[in-house]
Amino acid sequence: MSLTLTTTEQGPGWPRWRRALYYHAAFYRQTWRASVISAFLFPILYLTSMGLGVGKLVNAHTGTVAGLSYLQFIAPALLAVAAMQLGENEAMWPVLGAVKWVRTYHAAVATPLEPEDVVTGKVAWVGIRLFMTGVVYAAIIAVFGAVVSWWGILLPLVAVLTGLAFVTPLMAYSLTLESDTSFTMIYRFLIVPMFLFSATFYPVSVYPPQLRWIVELMPLYHGVALARASAYGTGQLLAIVFHVVVLGSLVVVGLVLSRRNMRRRLVS
Amino acid sequence: MSEVTPLVRARRLVKSFGSFRAVDGIDFEVDRGESFGFLGPNGAGKTSTMRMVSAVSRPDSGDLSIFGLDPRVDGPKIRARIGVVPQEDTLELELSVMDNLLMFGRYFDLPKKTIRERADELLDFAQLTERAKDKCDDLSGGMKRRLTIARSLLNHPELLILDEPTTGLDPQARHLLWDRLYRLKHSGVTLVITTHYMDEAEQLCDRLVVMDKGLIVAEGPPRRLIEEHSTREVLELRFGIGESAQFEGALAPLADRLEVLPDRILLYVHDGDAALAAVHGAGLTPVSALVRRSTLEDVFLRLTGRTLVD
Repeated sequence: MSLTLTTTEQGPGWPRWRRALYYHAAFYRQTWRASVISAFLFPILYLTSMGLGVGKLVNAHTGTVAGLSYLQFIAPALLAVAAMQLGENEAMWPVLGAVKWVRTYHAAVATPLEPEDVVTGKVAWVGIRLFMTGVVYAAIIAVFGAVVSWWGILLPLVAVLTGLAFVTPLMAYSLTLESDTSFTMIYRFLIVPMFLFSATFYPVSVYPPQLRWIVELMPLYHGVALARASAYGTGQLLAIVFHVVVLGSLVVVGLVLSRRNMRRRLVS
Repeated sequence: MSEVTPLVRARRLVKSFGSFRAVDGIDFEVDRGESFGFLGPNGAGKTSTMRMVSAVSRPDSGDLSIFGLDPRVDGPKIRARIGVVPQEDTLELELSVMDNLLMFGRYFDLPKKTIRERADELLDFAQLTERAKDKCDDLSGGMKRRLTIARSLLNHPELLILDEPTTGLDPQARHLLWDRLYRLKHSGVTLVITTHYMDEAEQLCDRLVVMDKGLIVAEGPPRRLIEEHSTREVLELRFGIGESAQFEGALAPLADRLEVLPDRILLYVHDGDAALAAVHGAGLTPVSALVRRSTLEDVFLRLTGRTLVD
């Protein structure tokens, strides 16, 4: 039982970040079942309860919301919410775990991978998950009759952009932590309020004009607005560009900070 | 690579964390095919040194070359030829033993087929073939350690770096692991090992450096270090609790050197049995007496005035 160590053979020639992406995909292939069920269950439960149940009351009292049934109004917003939730979930415990407890990332940078490759691979992987989730959601809300325009084909991309706007900044933050105690606070005081107040369940016009700027500070608001524009094929070009720029800036700034923090954390 | 170039060459290597100098200007060379050790207590700077030699963390100052390359420039290239066994296992506990290997192999851009072949071969080497499909979490500590070593060999490294490879393992698991490391050494892999166990250093290392407080305090083959810094034998005497100090004066003339530890007195002598006879002849009656060969522990005690494991 001796070991013959031969010379290294030529592989597929993948760039290093793609090898990190592969690792996440291979891991997911072993553990995907639970997440797929919730990916289908959450939108169906919400659309049935809020869309059909609450919607019945709303429609009876006000007729329509901005010319749409209540279900049609909230369905695209739920896609943005799901993207946010997938994003923040992936960027908190799994990231801290990989640098603190399981030390997956430490193992990765002992190979040819650099800390920046680890970040890029992870972000690319969550991007793919967001796209898949976006496709599932778009299909479900289309079945519920909430996609009224061909622009709805862009909904998966809205999911990717909205989700990543949470992934990269939160990842940068998680990489600086020693314990997970602040995650619960983030969830309670950032994620849940955004879920409730980002014009998710009623139009932003419900708020007094002096308070609307607070809503516009919330990243989720811009994701919700884009999802609606896509599902209904409505919205002004300038406003759409603004939403994309806000979310895109968050992704880029978060990415730069994540790469810096990953290097500090793993190789200093 | 020419034969004369050492595999690893470090000059005046420094690594600080804030105001703390973990590695304080050390020089060493590791030659191809040898098994090189860093012996020292926890906090001596061994792990910080290993992280630099693994081309993971960058030295604050000094020169470091690995395979003749500069890790600041060629980090990925160097790491492609190195295997690392970290102090704490970094396995995916929810996944199977085999999946742990298959997934990790992709980091090195190896063809899938090659990874599978090597995984089979390495599981055999690590004596884990029957556990290939089991969840990693179900393995014993020694098995996890062997899997970590198998994983570190997937890229067929020229240099294998092991940080405290047997810490926390029971004696049987340690011996099994040492046997695997001998085999690796014989297949031509250069080993760099850190340990705070003097028996491990004596068993595994052709040559070692003794580290203390970020500095190298001695360097050489284990036997030579013992010859240079200690006597052939040691007589360990235990007296009643708190009595040791009062016998120091009477014992001093009987030994080359004396170490008074909290629980015992060590007499450094050429002939332990003769020394014990002399102790009895002087009318002293220790509670217990033990004659043994000098070890690296004695070298460390001599050089630093402290014990390795506290």
